[in-house]
Amino acid sequence: MTPPILLAAREGFHVPGAEAFYQKPLIYLELFGVDVSINRTVLILFLATAITALLFLFGFRKPKLVPSGLQNVMEFVVDFIRNQIVLPVMGRDGLAFLPYLTVLFTFIFFLNIFEVIPGVNFPATSRLAIPLVFAIGTWLLFVAVGIKNQGVGGYFKNSLVPPGVPVPVLFILVPMEFLSIFILRPLTLTIRLTANMIAGHLLLTVIFLGTAYLLGRPLTFGWGVGAAAAGVAFVGFEIFVASLQAFIFTILTAVYISGSMKAAH
Amino acid sequence: MFETILAAENAFSGNANAIGYGLATIGPGIGLGILFGKTIESIGRQPEAASQLQTIMYIGLAFIEVLAILGIVAGFLFS
Repeated sequence: MTPPILLAAREGFHVPGAEAFYQKPLIYLELFGVDVSINRTVLILFLATAITALLFLFGFRKPKLVPSGLQNVMEFVVDFIRNQIVLPVMGRDGLAFLPYLTVLFTFIFFLNIFEVIPGVNFPATSRLAIPLVFAIGTWLLFVAVGIKNQGVGGYFKNSLVPPGVPVPVLFILVPMEFLSIFILRPLTLTIRLTANMIAGHLLLTVIFLGTAYLLGRPLTFGWGVGAAAAGVAFVGFEIFVASLQAFIFTILTAVYISGSMKAAH
Repeated sequence: MFETILAAENAFSGNANAIGYGLATIGPGIGLGILFGKTIESIGRQPEAASQLQTIMYIGLAFIEVLAILGIVAGFLFS
């Protein structure tokens, strides 16, 4: 006999697709013909900005030598970025970038974690524009650091032309290196974060909707309980994926900046 | 016995993008497995070099994941 899941597909269970990511605007605003209306994603952005700003503001307002309370928690975050990302990857020269990387990690983490917070249940980073802005920021940063440390001509020459390569090979190698360094790096940063969050959101949506559908029918009640248990497991998995993706974005930013600081190759 | 389909209207039904991406994840999956396995093995051999090996691992990760990500993008390119 066909498993009840297939019965569900035939009987009117609607699997969510891309429409899970469209949101109605709450306040319709327009700026020079561009639609900048306030919808749920923008509200999540405001909330995550407020949380990040207030956490760092109140954590370090009156710093004591022996931390306690919120300062202790925020020091843990800064310590984590410093000892796991900046010092191993960039060395002591990279400590100048510690504030930017800490705020980047915290902001992306909070934007991601709204996927599992009940009531909101939407990761703002699943909208392509938000990781794109972060990736463009990283891109500008590592190009600017490279130009500052090695000069304009020196930076492009050092990163595009590896030493000891015969000239005919260079005609293929230089465009490939240019593509790989200056185009694919921001592109993959964007798509990695966006695709992970889109996949997680669709997974959780299908599991929760499926649980509700299966629990509503007496024939499939057992499967519904199993789906509920799977939902709990996947929420835990999504928390892990949210923190991991924030960490990977930050550490790849650090790796790219450190690659620009020293003379490459 | 010799009835063959010379030209069929719906020779393939379904989304080719999904199959294309599914095939595209085989190579990077194997590559990532080798990368991380070798890194873990090397860190086990010489724990003092762990941070250097981690940095190189992240650089390799970025290169390999490009191929898997291009698999999804190609689905949209060749729409």
